[in-house]
Amino acid sequence: MLIKVVKKSDVNEHHVTDESLYLNRRRFMQASVSGAAIAAVPFMSLYPAAGNAKLEFNSLKKSKYSTDEELTSFDDITRYNNFYELGLKKGDPKRNAHHLKVKPWAVKVEGECEKPGEYGLEDLILPSEHEERIYRLRCVEAWSMVIPWVGVELGGVLKRFHPTSKAKYVQFFTIYDPDNLPGQRRPVLEWPYREGLRIDEAMHPLCILAVGLYGKELPNQNGAPLRLVVPWKYGFKSIKSIVRIRFTEKQPATSWNLAGPREYGFYSNVNPEVDHPRWSQKKERRIGEVFKRNTLMFNGYADQVASLYESMDLAKYY
Amino acid sequence: MELGKPTVFTVCLIPLACYLFWFFTDSLGANPIEALTRRTGDWALRILLVTLAVSPIRRLTGWYWLGRYRRMLGLFAFFYVSVHLSLYLSLDKFFDLSEIFDDVIKRPFITAGFAAFILLLPLAATSTNKLVEILQHRWVVLHRLVYLAAMLAVLHFWWMVKIDTREPAIYASILAGLLGFRLIFYLKARAREFR
Repeated sequence: MLIKVVKKSDVNEHHVTDESLYLNRRRFMQASVSGAAIAAVPFMSLYPAAGNAKLEFNSLKKSKYSTDEELTSFDDITRYNNFYELGLKKGDPKRNAHHLKVKPWAVKVEGECEKPGEYGLEDLILPSEHEERIYRLRCVEAWSMVIPWVGVELGGVLKRFHPTSKAKYVQFFTIYDPDNLPGQRRPVLEWPYREGLRIDEAMHPLCILAVGLYGKELPNQNGAPLRLVVPWKYGFKSIKSIVRIRFTEKQPATSWNLAGPREYGFYSNVNPEVDHPRWSQKKERRIGEVFKRNTLMFNGYADQVASLYESMDLAKYY
Repeated sequence: MELGKPTVFTVCLIPLACYLFWFFTDSLGANPIEALTRRTGDWALRILLVTLAVSPIRRLTGWYWLGRYRRMLGLFAFFYVSVHLSLYLSLDKFFDLSEIFDDVIKRPFITAGFAAFILLLPLAATSTNKLVEILQHRWVVLHRLVYLAAMLAVLHFWWMVKIDTREPAIYASILAGLLGFRLIFYLKARAREFR
């Protein structure tokens, strides 16, 4: 069994550099010396923008779900964020990133499942399952990015908790730590931030739990150390810094829906035909570009996910 | 030589100069077009409020010379509104008239902002000495539209923000104060008249 209660004071095994990572790093250094760095460490050639940052993940599995569109720069992905726990302006999360304490990290699993408990991050996300997923991200504010995530399929993780037949939905919670997180000292949103998916949405192979981007550990402002990525929904559904997962029978509450039920629905699928009451969703600005592009149904993932919503009126269930 | 007006003129251009400099040196973040649009809107509203503060301050302090700068300030507010609107029309909507029309009709915050601009147009157009002379009392009545335009501008900002209404609330209270002062002054003047 994986149940493991982590106390804040505990020194965990994952504080020690994993041997394989250590060996990989040595191999990288040797390879650099021998001039074969590109062969040994594909990320060096793929992501020049990531520079000399710490290499966390090498030899990642590629995915058929990845797009081959041009990537948004590492710089833009990590300086233009909506993470209200770290401040309301786009540049605040990067500036306040150090307030988020990510080690050690545990996730509490509860509700309609056979294996509830508190799981350490290293038990939850197995390095052997790490994959690269290059996804489009469409924010409800009509901008978009293309981000190379590192993560694992959410469904595989959820199944390990053996959800019961009553588990119709799954809810996620962000860390609540107002002593450290400046944004949580004011009631801007219902804290802790919460999100949810229908169980069939959560089990869809496109959904991932991300632990990294651009081949390295997730920066705090992007939702370290563990975040959801649901590429066919507006960005706010992809909840950051997850500490709690709850299986529920009824549709769970979500923070933006509580803040503005008319503007942010539970589903919040990317849909150019259903406008936000205050702005059109027909177009988007890809960060780094001047001209706008047309927003695609389900953010371009209609072939994979449209069947989830076959008999639903998407204007009603926005 | 009178230095006041050149000084006010230069100061009013500082925000634009800064944002243009930051825009061309890639210092406005990952979405510079949005930043430039938002910031020119901010300054339009700020300068409009400064313009509306001239009369109350003049009456309270007796600094009647302040009145000399009121027209220039008002025109700068209009200038920033024009830049703000032009950025929206060009780099946000790319002159797609049907989309712009949709926005103006369907989105209350755009409706408010657009209406504020329309109301400011005749004020800017009648700002010459000659027209003040010709229009006389009608000029004064016409230029009361600025109160409505300022209210619409604050509303435009308030309805635009996603959740944090602190900044528009600050502008709303400043505007309430400036308009409240005028109301009190007007009521007192009327009371004197009827005594």
